[in-house]
Amino acid sequence: MADKKEILLEVKDLHVSFGRGKSLFEAVKGVNFNIYKGETFGLVGESGSGKTTIGRAIIRMYPTSGGEVIFNGQKINGKISKELDKDVIHNIQMIFQDPMASLNDRAKVSDIVKEGLINVQKGLSEKEQQERVDKALLDVGLLPEFASRFPHEFSGGQRQRIGIARALIMEPSFIIADEPISALDVSIRAQVLNLLSKLQQERNLTYLFIAHDLSVMRFISDRIAVIEHGKIVELAPTEKLFAHPLHPYTQALLSAIPMPNPDLEQNKKVLVYDESVHDYSSDKPEWIEIEEEHFILANKKEASEYRERLKTL
Amino acid sequence: MENKKAVLSIQDMNIKFSLRGQILHAIRGVSLDIYEGECLAIVGESGSGKSVLTKTCMGLLDKNGFIESGHIMYEGKDLATYKTDKEWEKICGSEIAMVMQDPMTCLNPLKTIGWQIEESLRYHSNLNKEERKKRVIEILTDVGITEPERRYKQYPHEFSGGMRQRVAIAIAVACNPKILICDEPTTALDVTIQAQILELIRNMQKKYNLTTVYITHDLGVVANVADRVAVMYAGDIIEVGTSREIFYEPKHPYTWALLASLPQLGIKGEELSSIHGTPPNLFLPVKGDAFAPRNPYALAVDFEYRPPYFEVSPTHKAKTWLLDPRAPKIEPPKVLEMIKNMERVGGVLGG
Repeated sequence: MADKKEILLEVKDLHVSFGRGKSLFEAVKGVNFNIYKGETFGLVGESGSGKTTIGRAIIRMYPTSGGEVIFNGQKINGKISKELDKDVIHNIQMIFQDPMASLNDRAKVSDIVKEGLINVQKGLSEKEQQERVDKALLDVGLLPEFASRFPHEFSGGQRQRIGIARALIMEPSFIIADEPISALDVSIRAQVLNLLSKLQQERNLTYLFIAHDLSVMRFISDRIAVIEHGKIVELAPTEKLFAHPLHPYTQALLSAIPMPNPDLEQNKKVLVYDESVHDYSSDKPEWIEIEEEHFILANKKEASEYRERLKTL
Repeated sequence: MENKKAVLSIQDMNIKFSLRGQILHAIRGVSLDIYEGECLAIVGESGSGKSVLTKTCMGLLDKNGFIESGHIMYEGKDLATYKTDKEWEKICGSEIAMVMQDPMTCLNPLKTIGWQIEESLRYHSNLNKEERKKRVIEILTDVGITEPERRYKQYPHEFSGGMRQRVAIAIAVACNPKILICDEPTTALDVTIQAQILELIRNMQKKYNLTTVYITHDLGVVANVADRVAVMYAGDIIEVGTSREIFYEPKHPYTWALLASLPQLGIKGEELSSIHGTPPNLFLPVKGDAFAPRNPYALAVDFEYRPPYFEVSPTHKAKTWLLDPRAPKIEPPKVLEMIKNMERVGGVLGG
């Protein structure tokens, strides 16, 4: 199975920390995962869990303090050459959370969309630039006429589309979407999700989808990694994770998903995750493949318990 | 329904705003009864007027907004005629209280938590200093804050988001209000914290015998808390019914569309049903059914005449011509059947 899929991005023992000395804070503590070409990899966790930090470390917005990020076979974290840097900018793009805050209010839509392009591909003529902008806008379902307008003239959904156009114009192969729909209205969310999956199919894009909402994840992701306090605690294909979540933190997250069914909701019991259920004093936790493609952070005792539970399912 | 008593009754409310010389018709003839002890959820997109409506009930309408016509009846008084802050002071906090959306911005960073909870007691009760402190500590315990004695003296920045929302709830219930309005109280919070806060609000409702009005755009939250649901679109309540009626047998095409676009109902690899277009511009007069231009099931009459309420059951009514006996019979989208047959995911809570 695994050898059929081509690995696009490999994250090995990634550490990211902020500050130094006494105020040193480790946001990401040794994270490992692979992202295959053409898939949507979901990263879920609560605020403060480090999910955004991982995304930003991959795209070189935050410096890493340890480990490796390998993209298309090349190491892209730490010091890299100018050409490789350009290559990374071209190939990895980001979509931000809040479309109200992530667009420059004083710039025209065309300037926002083409900014990345003119910085990386120097020497494009005005006409070529214009064509690329028009195409990017059309791709996300906006009209080319919008190019001369300002962001405040658009609704939240349209602004998020501008954000997506800004990423697409670089013709990336890999897009990091950091909570792209959480700031949007319910009726608009579906439109943006549909647009993202349509673009993925047309262009064979790979997504790293960061969110805290597991119900959205289930719809869009192929595989999901659950992150808690800078560590991935469970990683599995979406349906496996929903069918039999093993880690207590994943279970707590799943139990909290609001479902649109009053009978279920009003009788539900929310599980609360308590870190003290793990006794890691002597038996240290390891990253274990508990069943095919289903990884979990557990010590030996827990792993055997999880295996027992899998048998009974 | 005859044994239910309306604590707050909004009657034929029209609210307008004047913006840069233009008039925006934000609330277009809303009538709504809120019954004693219930939890009513008001659902709608941003800009549908759900916050404007509830803020008006607390006298918090922005300066450029005005009530054109309509009444808000509360205990025999018409709150819509209240003009001065003095009049509102008797209502705000002690009779009707509110929990705001963002716990990060609604607390005063310069005052201790204890001071802020005590504030409304100072205005609305005759308790002395000692008694007030006792009461505050009691409320802090009620909302699930541990070590209330120590927390009493702390400042908002020493609290996490979920904890601050608990404080905000404590402030709201401090004076035993009759009605608690929660304006998107969990949107800014994580899902796990959200679940805890929802549970807390439900417990407080029982303990303090509150009538709760819940404003949200998250239908999962609605299913969790609400006894009744009112769906708002373009300044009007287009459908209202019990929670089960709205989720299992919705009648208005907008309610259908809203439910169908939930990612919880999405099937991977298939397109999620979405609502096309944008809500109408309320600066301009709306002709016919406001949802008609975005409605795939729209009839010719929808573009001409505004539909009245059609009664589906004594508790359920909707404003759509589809319920008229002359209208063609249209089945709601297939995906909505999934809601009834939904099971708890993960087998975590099976059985």
